[in-house]
Amino acid sequence: MRLLIGLLFSFAVAAIVGLGLTQFALTRGTAFGAITIGAWTAWPKTGTSDIDPYARAAIARSGELPIGSGDGVAFFASTDDTGRPLDGRCMVTIAGTTPAARFWTLTLYDLDGRLVPNAADRYGFTSQEISRRADGTFGIVLAPRARPGNWLPTGGIDRYVVVLRLYDTPVGVATRTAKDAPMPAVTAGACA
Amino acid sequence: MIRWLLWLLGGLVLGGIVHLATVLLLPRTATQDAYARLAATAPVNGIVPLPAPTPDEALLPFMDPAFATAVCRYDLASGPLQLRVPVSQAYTSVSFYARSGVAYYAINDRAAGRRIIELDLMTTQQRAELPDDEEITAADRLIVESPTPTGLILIRTFGPEPGLMPMARRALASAQCRTQS
Repeated sequence: MRLLIGLLFSFAVAAIVGLGLTQFALTRGTAFGAITIGAWTAWPKTGTSDIDPYARAAIARSGELPIGSGDGVAFFASTDDTGRPLDGRCMVTIAGTTPAARFWTLTLYDLDGRLVPNAADRYGFTSQEISRRADGTFGIVLAPRARPGNWLPTGGIDRYVVVLRLYDTPVGVATRTAKDAPMPAVTAGACA
Repeated sequence: MIRWLLWLLGGLVLGGIVHLATVLLLPRTATQDAYARLAATAPVNGIVPLPAPTPDEALLPFMDPAFATAVCRYDLASGPLQLRVPVSQAYTSVSFYARSGVAYYAINDRAAGRRIIELDLMTTQQRAELPDDEEITAADRLIVESPTPTGLILIRTFGPEPGLMPMARRALASAQCRTQS
């Protein structure tokens, strides 16, 4: 009898710990080989056959097709540079320069990977449509209400992710630091 | 007390095994992976354009709205596949995904180096069966080996601004994906 209870206890612990860890790993995106530069994180290996088992399980679960490494690389930011989660009710500026690439796109998604709904039907910018300063740097403002310049509407959504995709770029598995890939700063401002 | 600690320890070790096993087995049991999501819309060995993603509807999560996308769901059981993609003015890329969604190969217009991206897709076995003296090895055709007999090819063209999206979509219309006869 004591053996039975002990076994049941062990199995219960195993199920909770095992499945809990799996759930946690797959929803938090704990793939290996991440490059983190400021608020931005990319997993270039996820776009190759060298993809690790965690990323493999995560894409099978989400249904996402990761960008192939011969195509480009995607950087994700869900917080600002100080680590505070991005809030659609606040103003956030993305400013600076981007790593070498033929072009880039910047897109807003909710945490499940859906585009962020807004009245303007504007979900992102490409490097060819934004206005730049005289020195070639740029600033993009993410805010719930219209702003002058490069404005991306957040639709007042609670939490969101910004994805900066570089296409035809030398940035990849060999990239380590901000010197190889200067990413723009993500700064949170006033909240509505 | 000691006995319970031992049972707990046993449970934790077993939990670690359960965790590793589920992570490794999950890709095989997933019912909502990219291949399954596209199976309803995409015919086998043919090209179909995907609707542009909107907040309410997107076939796949995290699609880039600045691109026009078409997909070829392939099955190499009836022979190797021939892919022809004329490149658009802006940017064109072709990405290959195994049945599980692993991106095993991707090429863009500049790497292809000409106006048409042309390649043959086959399994390792089909490649081994290719006669050595065949023209195909002499010609500068690109041969891609698929790790699985089925999978997905994503053909994407860039629309630098919303007004240029129709042009990007038109560029996709002449892409071809078919079995060699």
